[in-house]
Amino acid sequence: MDKEQFTKRQSKAPIYDALQRFRQMRVVPFDVPGHKHGKGNPELTEFLGQQCMSIDVNSMKPLDNLCHPISVIREAEDLMAEAFGAAHAFLMVGGTTSSVQSMVLSTCKRGDKIILPRNVHRSVINALVLCGAIPIYVNPEVDQRLGISLGMKREQVAKAIRENPDAVAVLVNNPTYYGICSDLKAIVKMAHDAGMYCLADEAHGTHFYFGENMPISAMAAGADMSAVSMHKSGGSLTQSSVLLIGERVSEGHVRQIINLTQTTSGSYLLMSSLDISRRNLALRGKEVFNKVINMANYAREEINAVGGYYAFGKELINGDSIFDFDPTKLSVHTREIGLAGIEVYDLLRDEYDIQIEFGDIGNILAYLSIGDRFQELERLVSALAEIRRRHHKDPKGLLSQEYIDPEVVCSPQEAFYANKESLPLRQSEGRVCSEFVMCYPPGIPILSPGEKITKEILDYIEYAKLKGCSMTGPEDPEIKNINVLK
Amino acid sequence: MEFWFSEYHAPDVKHSMRVKRNLFSQKSEYQQIDIFETPEFGKVLTLDGNVMLTERDEFIYDEMITHVPMSVHPNVVDVLVIGAGDGGVVKELTRYEGIKRIDLVEMDPSVTEACKQFLPDIACKLDDPRVKIYYDNALRFIRRKHEEYDLIIVDSTDPFGPSEGYFTREFYGICYNALREDGIMVNQQGSPFYKHDAEAMQRCHKRIVNTFPISRVYQAHIPTYAAGYWLFGFASKKYHPVKDLNVERWKELGLETNYYTPKLHVGSFCLPAYLEKMLREVE
Repeated sequence: MDKEQFTKRQSKAPIYDALQRFRQMRVVPFDVPGHKHGKGNPELTEFLGQQCMSIDVNSMKPLDNLCHPISVIREAEDLMAEAFGAAHAFLMVGGTTSSVQSMVLSTCKRGDKIILPRNVHRSVINALVLCGAIPIYVNPEVDQRLGISLGMKREQVAKAIRENPDAVAVLVNNPTYYGICSDLKAIVKMAHDAGMYCLADEAHGTHFYFGENMPISAMAAGADMSAVSMHKSGGSLTQSSVLLIGERVSEGHVRQIINLTQTTSGSYLLMSSLDISRRNLALRGKEVFNKVINMANYAREEINAVGGYYAFGKELINGDSIFDFDPTKLSVHTREIGLAGIEVYDLLRDEYDIQIEFGDIGNILAYLSIGDRFQELERLVSALAEIRRRHHKDPKGLLSQEYIDPEVVCSPQEAFYANKESLPLRQSEGRVCSEFVMCYPPGIPILSPGEKITKEILDYIEYAKLKGCSMTGPEDPEIKNINVLK
Repeated sequence: MEFWFSEYHAPDVKHSMRVKRNLFSQKSEYQQIDIFETPEFGKVLTLDGNVMLTERDEFIYDEMITHVPMSVHPNVVDVLVIGAGDGGVVKELTRYEGIKRIDLVEMDPSVTEACKQFLPDIACKLDDPRVKIYYDNALRFIRRKHEEYDLIIVDSTDPFGPSEGYFTREFYGICYNALREDGIMVNQQGSPFYKHDAEAMQRCHKRIVNTFPISRVYQAHIPTYAAGYWLFGFASKKYHPVKDLNVERWKELGLETNYYTPKLHVGSFCLPAYLEKMLREVE
């Protein structure tokens, strides 16, 4: 009966329904947006379609208001919270970046300490620049063979908490870009026992809430807040996201924080995409993600049968720094065929018309989701087989190490706003960096504001540039110069 | 009552045939399969509404895709055929006694079943003991093969449907890898006439040129295909399609054909100027 009630409730999509009703009323618009249901911009309407333009409307009574939801958006948020098992859910229209920042800004003030792994997304450190909190990094373990950062070990988190009893929160990637999970439940307990909040970056974890045999989700593990990228594995439109909170966090406070930076003109395209995707996941998520897991497992077997490549999976699990693994992730280690991941990534795009999520120094990641079919997987596997046949080299001389231990000299905010000067890369050794340097994707900083620049880091940046990684962060777009503290 | 089947050959061009009666309609896992009878073209097989073959002009396609490589390669023993679930290509291949093995990889068993039932004159040799049918994705099948075949014939549908994967660089690459050192790959390469087809044909040619040392295009007149004008690709590791044509050897086999002749073989590689230009652009 419970299940039946759940299904009945989750079959609704209040924002979608309200937009349908709104369309039928044929309301005459004397309000913004100025394209007036598309009539004022025929070229754009032809490109995006009349359907799409007619629901690109302003907040109004029948459609509620994202800044202060009381009717259909509120209902959609309640259904979202129920589907995710959260105390409350906020629909977000500024990407998961805004969800992550709201999470940090809701819990940290200037000077507060926050415990987090160094392989966080740039949005987390951006939030520290905004609020002036101080990062306490837990060095993630590195898998020597794969050259990727893993999860946080329980003992390392416990040590960070012991050494920083005044910290206010612990942030966890659940999972990392590569699909690796820490022991979230244990970390939540440690944080709560020490009176700290536990925050989860679940940009890559939407499906943990809906699939079977998945790693534990943040809300199920008892975390206090989680930023969830519905637009990644959940199928909603790019830039739509969800922020979840548990019982210990005040909904009103978080809403105020969100409203500090979020637009007052929330897009109904984004909000309806969240509403419809949530309904789909709640009703059909199990089935959908079982299919994705089957595809990923099949692809792993086939890629490993090609030889040279290593498509890794659950066999990596070690009970601590790899507490669990997301089975939908298709990450492939390429170093043994003598090619950097980024080189395979470029070959796939330039020669085989296959676009994958990213390539780094030693690995590639192909993103599998709701929208994939086996016939395209066959293309990917065959293209990888071809790349090996045509391009394989001696792996000697390829860099493998991906993680470099940072030395934090001052807070990201202090460094970001400090007096600085621009220096050629090689002359910056020993100085304190005032900006980010990262490969994007995955968007995990190599250098963050406030960190000391070492020879090792400079070697790594030059190597990544040489191999063709797309580098971002610094003011100088060519990354020949870097800003350092005076 | 008049009953017509129409197919778009281009967004503003249609080709229509009067239909006597519908014989078979089924939506398989991959595509919509229909077989119907027409007064002019006899029985017609369509997939997703695109004509695959008609009884009337099937011989042109099947002869040209088969006898051209068979008269060039001196000793074809192992053949791989992709698609071609209708059996037309296999029917021509089985006429060669030198061939010892024909592996047919078809993605959709429903096509083969329907053709056996409704087009028995074309599907007649699918039961030949040398023929083995694999219902599998061709990419997956070929990936596991290394220098195993003398000839690969790619008889796919057009590049905008379920056969999209057979027009890709990775596909031609694994075919190359599955061929012996003197192997030949022949594929249907679409039509150069209408814009949409022409661009796909160019892309396809470019990818084959990048994969095989010898790559030539040849032509045939096929009334029910777009513009009535169709191309095939001849890609080879060693043999040249015209210089290595062995007329005497082929004639000794005594095969009777209705379209193919050794003379026409040579002529089919002489292309109109606009087509030569299109091919040069991507070579």
